[in-house]
Amino acid sequence: MTNEAYIFDAVRSPRGRGKKDGALYEIKPVDLLGSMFRALQSRTQLDTSQVDDIVMGCVTAIGDQGADIAKTAALAVDWDERVAGVTLNRFCASGLEAVNLAAMKVRSGWEDLVVAGGVESMSRVPMGSDGGAWASDPATNAHTGFMPQGIGADLIATLEGFSRADVDAFAANSQRKAAQAWEEGRFSRSIIPVTDMNGLVVLDRDQHVRPGTTAEALAGLKPSFQMMGEMGFDSVARERYHYVEKIDHVHTPGNSSGIVDGATAMLIGSEAKGRELGLTPRARIVATAVTSTDPTIMLTGPAPATRKVLEKAGLSVDDIDLFEVNEAFAAVVMRFQKEMGVPDEKVNVNGGAIAMGHPLGATGAMIVGTLLDELERQNKRYGLATLCVGGGMGIATIIERV
Amino acid sequence: MTAIHYDIDGNKILTLTIDMPGQSANTMNSEFRTALTDTVSRVKEDADNISGIIIASAKKTFFAGGDLKELVSVTPDQAEDFFNLIVQLKQQMRTLETLGKPVVAAINGSALGGGYELCLACHHRIAIDDKNLKVGLPEVTLGLLPGGGACVRLPRLLGLEKSFPYLMEGKQIPAAKALKEGMIDELAKDQDEMMAKAREWILAHPTSKQPWDQKGFKIPGGGPQHPAVAQRLAIAPAMLKNKTKGCYPAPEAIMAAAVEGAQVDVDTADRIEARYFTRIVCGQVSKNMIGTFWFGLNAIKAGSSRPDAPEKFKVGKVGILGAGMMGAGIAYSSVTRGLDVVLKDISTENAEKGKSYSDRLLAKKVSRGQMDEAAKSEILGRLKATADANDLAGCDLIIEAVFEDSDLKAKVTQEAEPKLAEGGVFASNTSTIPITQLARASANPEKFIGLHFFSPVDKMPLVEIVVGEKTSDETLAKAFDYVLQIGKTPIVVNDSRGFFTSRVFGTFVNEGITLLGEGFHPASVENAALLAGMPVGPLAICDEVSLSLTTHIRDQSKKDVEAAGGTWHPHPAEAVIDEMVTEHNRKGKAAGAGFYEYPEGGKKYLWPKLIERFVDQDKAVNADLTLLKERMLFIQSIETVRCMEEKVLRSVRDANIGSIFGIGFAAWSGGALQYINQYGVREFVSRANELADSYGERFRVPAMLEAMAEKGETFQ
Repeated sequence: MTNEAYIFDAVRSPRGRGKKDGALYEIKPVDLLGSMFRALQSRTQLDTSQVDDIVMGCVTAIGDQGADIAKTAALAVDWDERVAGVTLNRFCASGLEAVNLAAMKVRSGWEDLVVAGGVESMSRVPMGSDGGAWASDPATNAHTGFMPQGIGADLIATLEGFSRADVDAFAANSQRKAAQAWEEGRFSRSIIPVTDMNGLVVLDRDQHVRPGTTAEALAGLKPSFQMMGEMGFDSVARERYHYVEKIDHVHTPGNSSGIVDGATAMLIGSEAKGRELGLTPRARIVATAVTSTDPTIMLTGPAPATRKVLEKAGLSVDDIDLFEVNEAFAAVVMRFQKEMGVPDEKVNVNGGAIAMGHPLGATGAMIVGTLLDELERQNKRYGLATLCVGGGMGIATIIERV
Repeated sequence: MTAIHYDIDGNKILTLTIDMPGQSANTMNSEFRTALTDTVSRVKEDADNISGIIIASAKKTFFAGGDLKELVSVTPDQAEDFFNLIVQLKQQMRTLETLGKPVVAAINGSALGGGYELCLACHHRIAIDDKNLKVGLPEVTLGLLPGGGACVRLPRLLGLEKSFPYLMEGKQIPAAKALKEGMIDELAKDQDEMMAKAREWILAHPTSKQPWDQKGFKIPGGGPQHPAVAQRLAIAPAMLKNKTKGCYPAPEAIMAAAVEGAQVDVDTADRIEARYFTRIVCGQVSKNMIGTFWFGLNAIKAGSSRPDAPEKFKVGKVGILGAGMMGAGIAYSSVTRGLDVVLKDISTENAEKGKSYSDRLLAKKVSRGQMDEAAKSEILGRLKATADANDLAGCDLIIEAVFEDSDLKAKVTQEAEPKLAEGGVFASNTSTIPITQLARASANPEKFIGLHFFSPVDKMPLVEIVVGEKTSDETLAKAFDYVLQIGKTPIVVNDSRGFFTSRVFGTFVNEGITLLGEGFHPASVENAALLAGMPVGPLAICDEVSLSLTTHIRDQSKKDVEAAGGTWHPHPAEAVIDEMVTEHNRKGKAAGAGFYEYPEGGKKYLWPKLIERFVDQDKAVNADLTLLKERMLFIQSIETVRCMEEKVLRSVRDANIGSIFGIGFAAWSGGALQYINQYGVREFVSRANELADSYGERFRVPAMLEAMAEKGETFQ
């Protein structure tokens, strides 16, 4: 018989602008993550000795967030020494991969209670500063046709015929939805304000949201990837997308995910362990999937990952009540909706990473929490979270409210 | 007799003078390697009696680089031996470098390739200040990488980014610039001063180490891990691909060897470089490029296609008829090479307009500081613009470059020919009309020849010399000498409609247009051509030539074929061109509309209606790019074989060089015939036959190639 994996609780930090002027720049990533552990512990009255493992996503795991920050943060907040911890990197899907891996651990029956989540302090440890052969080794770079994701996003827009106005309209809508969600307190169940060592509040709201953003204002921003595209990256796409005469560089900082700092943690366990500890399951993790697609365009993974997870779950796309599709770039979500036939009212109803930001290692787990809160608010059953991932990968997870 | 002289002076300074016996220049061959190994072991034994070492040359140049004959013969199954040999050679250089004694390079003449790499292994580099003395690493221009330590040491000397143009583009610079760039350390006015400075430096530095062998050494500008460098390295391969279209493995390997080597110690970096070097030397592209751009081109320049008699001919005065774009270009190319030029047109005004072209180009040189005003006016003083045929009197050569009209050409020939100097030659710059036919207007058809220049003349290196039925060997020799005299590369072909280059060029353009007609996306057609190594896509180039001219030439050819009793077999491209011209009135770039749109002040882009009119979306998206590339290269190679079979072409060399220099055939392949060799003649024939079955009989290979495949022969 199969052990089901349940989500008992989920918390997340507000997201601070991922720059030197961001509110969380002064907060060490180990403290940012540690504060999530503490919140989870106190909200669930958790006896930490019962936790088998901590699985945390962190993409740029060097410097302040290097050397297995999952275990380090657990030590830093004095969790029971028997709790193990592992940090993983599946690029932008790291947070969701942490959730999925935790669910697999529980479903296998080999572990009973796991904390999943992720952390990324993009202000302190800049994206890409961990090097790696893919971008930094010329032989690997040339052989694999390395291209930054933004060029892939622009290529998607070009192929799908999404104009600059289309993607800007999408972005303005994300801002509007996020502002409204904050206004109505829709995130309040999960948000844990970040405080300092004295308990003083450092940040209690997503700092990247710009309420009142209009498509007209966004239209004035400069394309982010045009120059580097023209310097050479556009021609890398030429071999596979030879029928594209010219890539239309429509993505800007305004319609791409924001660079932010943030952390999240989620308690996942078996039914028996929940009963033992007096925890009430909020949702069941129904199925998970990863896949990979063309690494050049890189960002078309969500649809195939979604098809794969639906098949595993024995569900159809219409069975899903709500979707969280990470807003890495506007065109990624737009293409997903077009390809899967998903209506606007089911997707990212509280905005997404364009408005609130994308703390790389944490986002995947954060959007599962957001999905769960919204399923509860709307009293709906199935939710699906999916992200596009570096290297052409895609990831998806279905949860069911219980 | 040893290749390296060994002399120790009273100050215990050892001078190693490289003087390879029986060679005019020093090269890095087996003899050198043996001499270096012997020398280095002797130096080690003598170490106590040596205060420092000067490396010098007994030749006019310092050192010419690798031995290409040897490199081109290395096969993949010899990779291990070759790798060991290179590592061993570099260890000798490394031993000298790390002896603790000061080592100075005394650079008396150009130090290129392996020669400059030897200098890099020295602690101090002094060169004679002579603008003809060049240093640089030209390996990449022959598809090679500098495998004697330059990928290791130059980034450590200059920084990664600053070293890239020298390593990856083969840039050569004179001594003074090399000093400024930090590639040498000191200049001397002559040999004596250089040797004196070398001795002084040794005495002032009794112990010496390379910067990279000192503790705490950091690569200037930062190593590959430095955030700013890492960021630029992430885009560097893409920028390279943008330029090379992925056709050239050498620059990619150079970048990899340099970056990988910069992360480890010098000895390990030396081995990494040797591994990349081995792969490049064993690879096919370096063989293609060395064969054509070194051995082929050198043979052509040495006169392999020139009849032996008579003695070398020197043109003192050249007359050019017609001051249009071609005439003006030929005038410029001749007058800047020291010839007296008479540029004649129907009116002085027209002729002056042609002359102003030279004025403009020279003024540009002056503004860039490459020439002074005096030199400019001296040159322009030798270029006479005129409407008077009498000014042609005494010309050693007259070239007509008037409109492509047989009657007009006949008229100007008859008018100008009598003005030729004794022994003078008359040439036509026609690109389409058979020379034998034009020669009928001449009083001396044996002194009549074709000189087919390419546009723009000042930039295009090739001249296709066309030998008519009656053209004498003497006339050919004279025309050949003139082409060399103006610094261009001559190929020699026999008379035929379109000669060699225009015929082959036509097949490329037609194949590209046919692909569009079959429903492939025009961007795919253009991209496939570029990714195959062609410099311009077929649709873009067809716009340049103009679609109306293309139809005009085809109509003429059709008329001629039918007049001769033949049947015209229409090419599938014709329907597309006709539709473009007659239905859509899109006649090409000059007309402002062709396959491309030409917005004023903006970049051209493909005419959007091409998609709705020709493109089959499914076919376009699922197109196999290899097929498109092969169709556009194969058709050119097949036409080239036909030219060989019909004896239009006289040599393989001329075919390869002519295809690359004249029409931009993929240079990585070594030319239109070498493309077949390197594809495998048998494999080429069987692939061509498949293409013929699927896409038309034009791909059916000539009997000559079938026979070669059967006998296992290649084009040599």
